[in-house]
Amino acid sequence: MNELLDPLLLARWQFGLTTVYHFLFVPITIGMATTVAIFQTAWVRTDKVVYLQLTKFFGTLFLINFAMGVVTGIVQEFQFGMNWSEYSRFVGDVFGAPLALEGLLAFFLEATFIGLWIFGWDKLPRGLHLATIWATAVGTVLSAYFIIAANAFMQNPVGFELNDEAGRAELVSIGEVLSNPVALAAFPHTIAGSFMVTAGLIIAAAAWHLKRRQFADAMRPALKFGLWLMVGSMAATFFFGDQLSLAMTATQPMKMAAAEALYDTACGADASFSLFSIGTPDGSEEIWSLRVPYLLALLSTHTLDGCVEGINDLNAEYVELWGPGDYTPIIWITYWSFRWMIGLGIAHTLVAIVGLWLTRGDRLPKQKWVWNVAIWSFPLSLLAMSVGWVFTEMGRQPWIVFSLLPTESAVSPNVTGLEVLISLIAFTVVYGVLAVVEVGLIIRAIRKGPPEIGEPDPESGVVKPTTTVY
Amino acid sequence: MDLATLWFWIVAALFVGYFVLDGFDFGVGMSLPFLSKDDTDRRVLINTIGPVWDLNETWVIVAGAALFAAFPEWYATLFSGFYLALLLILLALIVRGVSFEYRHQRPEVEWKARFDWMIIIGSAVPALLWGVAFANIVQGVPLDEGHNYTGTLLDLLNPYALLGGLTTLLLFFTHGVVFVSLKTDGEIRERARKLAVRSGLITIVVAASFLVWTGFAFGTAWFWGFAAVAALCLIGSWLMNARGAEGWSFGLMAVTIGTAVLALFSALFPDVMPASNDPANSLTIANASSSDYTLTIMSWTALIFLPLVLAYQGWTYWIFRKRLTREHIPAAAH
Repeated sequence: MNELLDPLLLARWQFGLTTVYHFLFVPITIGMATTVAIFQTAWVRTDKVVYLQLTKFFGTLFLINFAMGVVTGIVQEFQFGMNWSEYSRFVGDVFGAPLALEGLLAFFLEATFIGLWIFGWDKLPRGLHLATIWATAVGTVLSAYFIIAANAFMQNPVGFELNDEAGRAELVSIGEVLSNPVALAAFPHTIAGSFMVTAGLIIAAAAWHLKRRQFADAMRPALKFGLWLMVGSMAATFFFGDQLSLAMTATQPMKMAAAEALYDTACGADASFSLFSIGTPDGSEEIWSLRVPYLLALLSTHTLDGCVEGINDLNAEYVELWGPGDYTPIIWITYWSFRWMIGLGIAHTLVAIVGLWLTRGDRLPKQKWVWNVAIWSFPLSLLAMSVGWVFTEMGRQPWIVFSLLPTESAVSPNVTGLEVLISLIAFTVVYGVLAVVEVGLIIRAIRKGPPEIGEPDPESGVVKPTTTVY
Repeated sequence: MDLATLWFWIVAALFVGYFVLDGFDFGVGMSLPFLSKDDTDRRVLINTIGPVWDLNETWVIVAGAALFAAFPEWYATLFSGFYLALLLILLALIVRGVSFEYRHQRPEVEWKARFDWMIIIGSAVPALLWGVAFANIVQGVPLDEGHNYTGTLLDLLNPYALLGGLTTLLLFFTHGVVFVSLKTDGEIRERARKLAVRSGLITIVVAASFLVWTGFAFGTAWFWGFAAVAALCLIGSWLMNARGAEGWSFGLMAVTIGTAVLALFSALFPDVMPASNDPANSLTIANASSSDYTLTIMSWTALIFLPLVLAYQGWTYWIFRKRLTREHIPAAAH
């Protein structure tokens, strides 16, 4: 019973649950804002009604999703103080700054211009109205940057000094915090991943209608857009993911070793990457694996003869540095989440590449199962993204701020396990119900298809879109 | 004035922004059962805040982040100490926020009714609990040497704090109803004006007793100054509303809420979280603030971006300045 009410364990579950849940909506918000902005730009430039239809169609999906992103985001900010007050006391001087910058520079921008976009169709000139969705899109991306910079400080603390008297880390260079090498690689990696997720949703929505041979005028260009977006953003995700693993190896070698479950330091051909392995459930022993020699050395150091430090050697080093203890994350989680992230991402891209081939020229496949694959593959990159975050955050354990503050010292000392349990249950129930509602609404909006758009004005040849009303 | 003191007042200003702006959102949400006769009425009410509720709510995110960055100790003590109260606020804001967007997505009566309740409860709970929280901050709470709150949820629900909660609940309610009378036309505008006259009277009585209690227990010269302005504006707002000058009434109501928040912050100054058990454990501006470097960075950012934010948010309100009527609500397109 006492173990069940351990505030540390419950607070960690709550952080994992609320963060992964919040991040189901964030990627779609980021990618869809830009997508809608692109379609609206196409409409303004060409006056083709089909682009206005796509703007409205994906705009609806965007807004349903956006609402969840906003409300679950507030929880993120509050829980640092609620569950992790010792963490907040220790890093607030450094970590608070990017959060405050996010609020002032990004959140306000996003929240204000989204309102103008939703309700401003008939109140703003066309060009200005178009600018409001771009401002929203810029806000979403900026917001991601500051959050990732804050997170990067937890992975690779820079730009601070320890103040022993005050017992905290103090900011000495905001520039260093904002140009943390981990942030510089993680930010484009995450943004590109977000576009993959969005592409997956666009492909699935378009495929649902094309399978039924309806709305082909709008859905075919949407499908093409989604397929190309997927392939392009996968390339960017992969490129920046590679940059990130370099930065990670340099700053958090334990995380890289844990990603590969590499116990002993290996060099060159021995530093192989296992594509698949069957081992004991805790990952400590390997029974069989399919390995690519040199690949791990290449990923970690960009050289063939590079060395990758193993878990045992690193732990021995860390014991020297910080005293006796176990400085390893949970290996089976890091090992499998790293693989699933890459595997699911590649799988989704293969769907898109095959899709581009099948729809080349004017072709549209007739087989139902082909379309079903396009529809049901939607969760692939979303799952890839989720396990990617699980890897990033679990790989940092047992530290909450790498090398500075252990997770167990960060939890609020005065909050009881019961309080955390109550909030964990409350969030799980509310989030669960809202997930059902949200998925239902998204499916409903997709099935409804793009809206009818009125006739163009005979004089100007321009369609005047009606405004949205709640 | 040193930077930490400056940030104490910037945090106060952010909370003024939050309570003035989201305050009328909460009021409009709570007024649904009182001001609407049918679904079209409810849609008129919700659409008066439709374009702005999200940017209004963002003020609490920015206020929270500013508190985190400028006063980490205050943020940590407050948020871990008021755990269950903040949990209720969060849950309320979650269900309320999605309801605005989700309510109109389906035509069924039960579907809409469910979200209407979520809007009503989701507006009332934060309106009450923010007042409870701020009254407790001013009054002081038991803190240990590590600045951790040692009380329970029930300690927060003391008579003084509950009166504070009732005050914000009523202030926001009247603020929202006045906003409705300013932003609508026709029958609903008339209904709102009459309701504001009645709820305004109750608000005046409750708010006055809360301010007097606060003044005698914790008052400073500055507190009495701000409280006097708040009281005069509240009465002025009521008189203007009774005369049908809705714009003035709403403006004065905004000043009332703003100065009332400033009065509470003045009563707090120079503490940020007084310890009721032992003054030595109190959090003050000096011992709760961030380093000078962090505060400098944030000061420059605020100096550059806050005016820009105010400009584009003001512009938004200008764009949506027209009154709404039932005629503006098209039949549901489902």
